[in-house]
Amino acid sequence: MAAVATPPAPPVSKTVPAPAPRRPRRVRPGRLAINLVLIAVSVLYVLPLLWMVLASVSDTNSFRLKWPSALTLDNFDAVLNVDTTYRPMLNSLLLCGFGTAVTVVASVLCAYPLSRYRSRVRRPFLYTILFSTGLPITAVMIPVYSMFVQVNLIDSMPGTTLFLAASALPFGIWLMKNFMDGVPIVLEEAARIDGANTMQVLWRVVLPLMRPGVVVVTIFTFIGMWGNFFVPFILLLSPEKLPASVSVFTFLSAHDRTQYGQLSAFSLLYSLPVVMLYLLLARKLGGGFALGGALKG
Amino acid sequence: MTTLAPAPHGTGGHPRRSRGAPAPAVRSLLRGLPTVPAVVLLAVFLAGPIAYCVYYAFTDMQLTGAAGTHFVGVDNFTRAFKDTDFLNAMWLTLLFVVGSAVIGQNTLGLALAVLMQKATQPVRALVNGVVIAAWVLPEVVAGYLMYAFFYDQGSLNSLLDAAHLPDQNWLYTTPILAVCLANVWRGTAFSLMVFTAAINDVPQELVEAAEMDGAGPWQRLWRVVLPVIRPSILTNLMLITLQTLSVFGLIYTMTRGGPGNKSETLPIFMYQQAFQNSLIGYGTAIALVLLVVGALFSVVYIRLLKLEDD
Repeated sequence: MAAVATPPAPPVSKTVPAPAPRRPRRVRPGRLAINLVLIAVSVLYVLPLLWMVLASVSDTNSFRLKWPSALTLDNFDAVLNVDTTYRPMLNSLLLCGFGTAVTVVASVLCAYPLSRYRSRVRRPFLYTILFSTGLPITAVMIPVYSMFVQVNLIDSMPGTTLFLAASALPFGIWLMKNFMDGVPIVLEEAARIDGANTMQVLWRVVLPLMRPGVVVVTIFTFIGMWGNFFVPFILLLSPEKLPASVSVFTFLSAHDRTQYGQLSAFSLLYSLPVVMLYLLLARKLGGGFALGGALKG
Repeated sequence: MTTLAPAPHGTGGHPRRSRGAPAPAVRSLLRGLPTVPAVVLLAVFLAGPIAYCVYYAFTDMQLTGAAGTHFVGVDNFTRAFKDTDFLNAMWLTLLFVVGSAVIGQNTLGLALAVLMQKATQPVRALVNGVVIAAWVLPEVVAGYLMYAFFYDQGSLNSLLDAAHLPDQNWLYTTPILAVCLANVWRGTAFSLMVFTAAINDVPQELVEAAEMDGAGPWQRLWRVVLPVIRPSILTNLMLITLQTLSVFGLIYTMTRGGPGNKSETLPIFMYQQAFQNSLIGYGTAIALVLLVVGALFSVVYIRLLKLEDD
């Protein structure tokens, strides 16, 4: 999408304006073949997505990919009610909204000393954070369940929110620290001399300078939580507390094949926010690839 | 920018000290204060459960409650390594990680990144768009779409029929292949992004010099580009292995580990032992195995990355 538009890779200048000025004949068939292969891969990639879109507006239920005989919005009509769509989406929004807020605030605070001060604990601390970004969260869910049962946090939305926030923290802190390292120290020192304390410096000087970084961490954390299925699946029990990720799953297991049109419609509605947020993120990052760079540290 | 970063460490305390201020020990405690919320959250919700995990893996705890829980030593582990279902799950996890991540996502991501360098702009935008779209979709939605795609009367079989190729009931005959392909479909975007960034960073002079010396496109790829981006390949392999190890929702939505246990990877086996067979202790022991494997990969991963200023 917008993602590729930016990187000024040298081949671009070769491709677009004039077909390969240096080696006119030899390259062309190769490039054509490459384009065809890539188009074929894209078609394979897009088929499942296309099926979902078509199934959601089709009046017949089928797993076959075919053009609907008549377009209809009945499927959307059928799912747009409190029980099927609005409540699960609201639950998702509450879990992910508060979870993201906690993660972002805690990681900004935690990243500041890590980025600005040197001490004996800094190095082990950073390595622990980096190590925890790699731990499979799936594996801790059973002990988390036992623990939540003992402290009576099972089926609690705040408990689940805090767990989601904690599980996103290592990566959040790591990204935030890398962004904060990019903020020059000079302005900060000026503010210190004028008598500002650490919190004032962080809030008035550092954060405004790293707003893009904060936005990236926020959106990235939110997308991750929105799609998270296993955590709420284990920690929440009451149907009225379940977020949309779990309700897609229960919808799929509870209904027979006659309702796949409705499930597709609901899946589309559920996916829409993260797709939009990703587009925003891609624009912020000037092309999606910076995240790969951030991951490399 | 990175050159500026070390500066504050030496001078950061200076203005404060000039105002006649706390002893160094107190000062460093005060400086560490902002980390408290994060540290508390991590200690309670991550370190706590991991410690729990280590403890409960050696007990016979059941879902009914902690009352009848006894310490049983390594029983859960000896049981696991004699349990054919567990060994099956280990084997399937290995197949899943190697097949879908190490071979599938890594190779496809690299191939697409290399080919995209030579493709025309609209085609690159197209590939990027669809590959990333599959990645951005929530896990259960991806699972649902892949279920529909591989279903007996699904899109894949209608494609195969149209091409007069033999079709089969993918989710029944080769469920592990179906979930591997599903994970390739969903996860390749990550490798693609890492490799595109890495290839863009390869110094152009290097490639041009090789071209001057008469190296063909293949030689340039094998002898110049791949050696230069080797660190990125290693990092990517570690990260996608870690991600793939903990995939639960995608497989559970598609097959629930079935039919039988033919696509039951470790996370699914763990879940079923703990919650469907009510054996929390045994499930926790399996979780510990998964955690240790993940931790080993994670250690290798942080050794590959060096903290840049240390």
